[in-house]
Formats: sequence, structure tokens, C-alpha cells
Amino acid sequence: MTRPFRILSFQAAVLAAAGLMMSTVSVMTRAVPAPASAAVQIGNFTFKNPVVTVKLGTTVTWTNGDDIPHTIVSKDGVFRSKVLDTGDRFTFTFAKVGQFGYFCSLHPHMTGTIVVKA
Amino acid sequence: MSGIEEDRRDFLKCMAWAGTGALFAFSGGVGSSMGLDQALAAPLRRTAAKPFTFVQLSDSHIGFNKPPNADARATFREAIAKVKALSVQPDFIIHTGDVSQLSRDEEFDDAEQMLKAAGLPVFFVPGEHDMLDPDGGKAFLNRFGKGSKGAGWYSFDLNGVHFVAMVNVADLKPGGMGNLGAEQLKWLKADLAGHSSSTPIVVFAHIPLWTVYAEWGWGTDDAEQALKLLARFGSVTVLNGHIHQITQKVEGRIAFHTARSTAFPQPAPGTAPSPGPLRVPADQLHEMLGITDAIFVRGHDRIALIDSTLAA
Repeated sequence: MTRPFRILSFQAAVLAAAGLMMSTVSVMTRAVPAPASAAVQIGNFTFKNPVVTVKLGTTVTWTNGDDIPHTIVSKDGVFRSKVLDTGDRFTFTFAKVGQFGYFCSLHPHMTGTIVVKA
Repeated sequence: MSGIEEDRRDFLKCMAWAGTGALFAFSGGVGSSMGLDQALAAPLRRTAAKPFTFVQLSDSHIGFNKPPNADARATFREAIAKVKALSVQPDFIIHTGDVSQLSRDEEFDDAEQMLKAAGLPVFFVPGEHDMLDPDGGKAFLNRFGKGSKGAGWYSFDLNGVHFVAMVNVADLKPGGMGNLGAEQLKWLKADLAGHSSSTPIVVFAHIPLWTVYAEWGWGTDDAEQALKLLARFGSVTVLNGHIHQITQKVEGRIAFHTARSTAFPQPAPGTAPSPGPLRVPADQLHEMLGITDAIFVRGHDRIALIDSTLAA
């Protein structure tokens, strides 16, 4: 008599634990939304989308599609990439609200702005 | 395409746009051009001092390996072989920047080793591709700019000619073009002050010191201030690279000239959506790469610039 009961209680415990874990996961999902992301393509010596508006906390990824290297340099010193050769990427997560102008330090006529809103 | 664009293009063509051997000579500040054949046939007038010559190499982009040139090292080696084959051996070489593609040590190393084969002194200025190490140009300066000032500028006198090496690829401003900066302009003023107006001057820098095409950043924002300081001299030659094609122009007594690259050509201004490597067929590449030979004929106060391609 005791053995089936034990098994049952073990199963119940597993179920309860699993339920707890699932609810924890779902709570976490609700509390922390998937991080927002945005992309800026570089091509023909231009930032294809020169002005991008994003929400606070967004990670922006720049990708160099040119055969010539470029850099991503904040006008105010907030971020600065290493040199990006063809296909290389640079990411930066914006943790403050504001307008962030940037340019390519090799080809400074290439400019863009990330607008970060709350 | 607008009428203005068309006019501009025709005008640029008139500036001996893609000549495969244009010669540009000037005397007393008045420019005149003639064909390469004539120039080669003309005997150099030997006066008291022997004529001296130097060669300009530019935009070797060692490390570049994409269309239209899978091996920029090979074409640089060919350019150096062409220098060695010149009938009158130059006294020295100037390299007007973009020695490397990405400022990597091995790229600088290879360029240095290959240039050693020429057995000649080499004077450098950096291009923007030579400023890409984490320290923003130190790797280049430590190797090629010892004894220079600021971001790599300096001057020297040879055979009565005053050479000024300028840097317009450092600390570039958002939205701008090439930039010399106040510190370098101050230095230039002091540097030129000690020279009489009859001294022939050769200025070399990477990005053109006149606006070739602002839309592509092909110019130098504060070049006008440098040109003002140079205006009193009877003979000024400005040699640049960066745009990978020949352009020339005379303004007052200043003659401007840009050299071909040894790595890859770029489109003529406004003829493509952007600058960048022009993807020409393999059998045309060598016709679009080259070197520039500068010949001083003493007593003439006159400099001839002869561009020749890597073809043939």
C-alpha cells in the first residue's frame, strides 16, 4: 500500500515542481520583454537608414556591406567601433534617452543619428 | 542626370581625366601640357646641377584582396619593378598614403619589405586607411613617420626644392572632408616663412587639397588656408592620392595633380552611386593602375609630371 502512494506522491511532487518552474518562466517572460533590436546597413558609402528611432534599451547593429572599411563613431564620444571590414558588424545598446549623432571617421561625409525614446 | 552634372563631367574630362600618359609641366607658374611621347623625346637640358627626379606611389592598399584586384601586394610589387626599370633612376620615392588596407602590422611590414627592393629613400604621408590601429595612427607613425610632427607632417629640402608633407586624414570632423587642423596650419606658416618666394615648393598629402568632388568627400575643408600661405611662391606643385585616378588643375601659380593607385581604380566623380573599388575586367586593371614620375630640370624652374600605367 505504501509503495504506490510513494510513487504517486513522487509524481505529484515532480508535477508541482514542473508547474512552479513553468509559472516562474512565464512570469519572467512577462516581466522582461525580449530586448529590442534595430539594424543599420552600410552600403555605397552611406548609412542606408540615416535616422533610426528606437526605444530605450534597444541594441542597434551596424553591418558594413561595402568593399571598403568603415567605422561607427559617436559625435559625442558615446560609442566608437573598431574598423569594420566587409561584412563586419558593430552593436551598441542604448541605455539613455536622447539623440545620438554618429559618423564614419574614415569618410566623415557619412553621417547618421539614432533617436532613443523612453 | 541634370544639365549641371553633365557640364561638370565634361569639364572634368577636359582636365585630362583619364589620360594614360599625360604630362603636365609648368614654368613660372604658367601651366602647359603636352603628350607623353613629346616629353620622353625632349632632351633634358643639363645645366650646372644635374636634373633630379622622384617618383610618386600612392594608395597601395596592401591587404586589399577583393574585385577588381585579388592581390594588391602583387600590383605594388609590379609598380616598384616599374620604378626600377625607369631609364633615369629617381633620387627618391614619395608615397601619398593608404599604404595599407587596414593598418595591420603585416600589411605595413610587407609594404616596407617590398619598398626596400627599390633601394631608394621613401617619404610617406598617411592615408585614412593607415590610421585604423587602436591608437589612431601610431603604428604607421612608428614605422614610417619617425621624426615627424603631430599626426605625421614634416618638411625637407633637396636640391633647392622645399618639400612639405602634410596630413589631412587625422581627426576628421562629422559631415566634413579632409582636414589639416589649426596646429598643422600654424606649423606650415612657420615652416614656409624661412623660404624665399623663388623656392620651388612641392606639397604632398593624401586627400586632394582642392575640392574634386564634395559629395564624395574628395577635398580638404581647410585647404584654402594652406593655399593662401603658398600663394606667394612662384612654383608650387601639390601631389595627392586618395581618388585613384589622375586629375589636374592649375590655380594661380599652384599646380595640382592626383596619382593613380597601385591597387584598384575608383569611378570618376558622379559616375557611380558612390566611391569605392571600380570592378573593371581583369584585362583592363593594369591600364588603370600606375605611378607618377616627377622630373626637375634645373635652370628651368620647371617640374614635369609623367604618369604611366602598369600595363605593358
